[in-house]
Amino acid sequence: MSSALISPLDRGGPAQPLLTVRGLVKHFAVKGSVFGAKAVVRAVDGVDFEILKGETLGVVGESGCGKSTTARLLMHLIAPDAGTLIFDGEPVGTGGLAMREFRRQVQMVFQDSYASLNPRLTVEASIAFGPQVHGIATRAAIDRAHGLLDRVGLDPSRFASRYPHELSGGQRQRVNIARALALQPRLLILDEAVSALDKSVEAQVLNLLLDLKEEFGLTYLFISHDLNVVRFMSDRVAVMYLGKVAEIGPSETVFDKAAHPYSAALTRSMPSMDPDNRTEEAPIAGDPPNPINPPSGCRFHTRCTFAEAPCSATPPTLAAVGIGHKVSCLMHEPGSGHSKAAAS
Amino acid sequence: MSAPIVKVSNLTVSFLGGPSPICAVNGVDLELEAGETYALLGESGSGKSVTLRALMRLNPEKKTRVEGSILVGGQDVMALSRTELQAFRGKTLSMVFQEPALALDPVYTLGQQIAEAVAIHEGVSQAEGRKRALELFERVRIPSPERRLDAYPHEMSGGMRQRAMIALALACKPQVLLADEPTTALDATVQIQILLLLRELQRELGLAIIFVTHDIGVAVEVADRVAVMYAGRIVETGSVRDLIRNPSHPYTIGLLRSRADGALQKGARLETIPGSPPDLANLPPGCPFAPRCRFAIDACQTTTPEPVTIRDGQIVRCLRVGELEAV
Repeated sequence: MSSALISPLDRGGPAQPLLTVRGLVKHFAVKGSVFGAKAVVRAVDGVDFEILKGETLGVVGESGCGKSTTARLLMHLIAPDAGTLIFDGEPVGTGGLAMREFRRQVQMVFQDSYASLNPRLTVEASIAFGPQVHGIATRAAIDRAHGLLDRVGLDPSRFASRYPHELSGGQRQRVNIARALALQPRLLILDEAVSALDKSVEAQVLNLLLDLKEEFGLTYLFISHDLNVVRFMSDRVAVMYLGKVAEIGPSETVFDKAAHPYSAALTRSMPSMDPDNRTEEAPIAGDPPNPINPPSGCRFHTRCTFAEAPCSATPPTLAAVGIGHKVSCLMHEPGSGHSKAAAS
Repeated sequence: MSAPIVKVSNLTVSFLGGPSPICAVNGVDLELEAGETYALLGESGSGKSVTLRALMRLNPEKKTRVEGSILVGGQDVMALSRTELQAFRGKTLSMVFQEPALALDPVYTLGQQIAEAVAIHEGVSQAEGRKRALELFERVRIPSPERRLDAYPHEMSGGMRQRAMIALALACKPQVLLADEPTTALDATVQIQILLLLRELQRELGLAIIFVTHDIGVAVEVADRVAVMYAGRIVETGSVRDLIRNPSHPYTIGLLRSRADGALQKGARLETIPGSPPDLANLPPGCPFAPRCRFAIDACQTTTPEPVTIRDGQIVRCLRVGELEAV
């Protein structure tokens, strides 16, 4: 992205990924049966990826694939069981970048625009709250809030003193975006941020996000179940399945030349938009399995049309198949024993 | 053409009880032939679900004012007594809801729920009802149906629950199936399976389906005809092909253009419809879309547009429709 916008906080230069995620794991305990062992939901089970400076990384996947848990782990809203975060070259937490400073540079917008605003604070108070906590004088914080309201398309003289219930869903989501920007973050995590909006309003908010990204030199992690929207927004896309990354790569590659059978099926599950060329056969059968007891080996093998004996035994590793394109599938692992894989 | 199986004329629904009445549906006309799938497309608050509920008289009677006429299979729905209504629901007309987890009873097994419905409506034994339930589970392709009949709703995945909900709706062989966003809560790979199932059932059983959705893509996958709703009115209706290829109401045009799809250039901006939908307690006079419409002229602010037929079966409510054809 435009080099004119290098943040004064930038340390590693443009080639240094903004955020590196290594081996992220989060298991949630669930009540087991009286006699059985305690069951765990393997919500995120060893996730690695990088977010490059100035890009939008899209994350897609079905419910239970761990995309929202990943977002919450990145923000440390829940503590990970294992894994490291490296923000612009500095490890987050012990010894490196302090959590408070990390949280200032990484902000999040949630799906439910109403639940994520304090109903008893006016819009300007909500937006100014973060800067005040971080030591900015009240007057200056309010001024900043007004500037941001104006920037997200809400006239401060009309909206600043309103309460969340007096706004429409689209307006509330604009307020949430303004609040996320109030601390001048470098990375914005958008977790289904437009999913609850009506289509006509969704397009307005997507355009706003693109404008803000250019203006403030932001980096986005854009999580959504809507593939059209993710494709429109993202430079690169990660496809998640049952707590693991199945495929990650440039968005055109993942959408048009998917290497993982799951990514391909997901793309083909989108409605066709052509009345003369409707989908005639579902790309995959059944529902996603329960993450409490994920299938052995490759987690997708129970629904995969290409599954062979090794798939249920050997978990695949996420490995490069092209420039910036990684896939976790035995068909692409030389010597894996799958008939479509190259011999090692 | 045979007599339509559903005929709604000049339906208005308003909700009382607030400071001023909420005008959710403002004069809807629709006709559905047997074996046809009709999609009602609209955003939240456009009146699509309220219209669907009015067909089944599910809106709370004390707080709702319903006017106009609704004929389903020759019966005047508005005139049905309570007992007649019970026989009518499920038998002539039945409904699939968005959230099967909420629509199914959590304390009975699915088999019990379906068998009960069949036993009450057709006066057969529970055992007979269970036999029907098993057939229905096979029909909606639930794997190991015998075992699943004894499952409680919470033991099934979202997609399986929606299949069970469809089985329940079909239990008494209705003529018309109403589907209120049946796939919205489902994952993409499951959504397409349910859409294909509905299409197949419609073909095999000759069902008429009214399908409410906010997603144009979903409407294109299932519907023969589509009605686009805005502020409680059908602003445009026509065959799926005409609507997608030649959208003629500015709102339909805007909706189609504001879709993010793969053909767009990176970094390009979406074409948007400015503003947000109107307040139903305080609708503007004239065309409700006029405040957001880039083609609006003065007359649009004061005159409510009448339906105009522009092509066989394509009807548009817009004052400027003749002029916009050329745009």
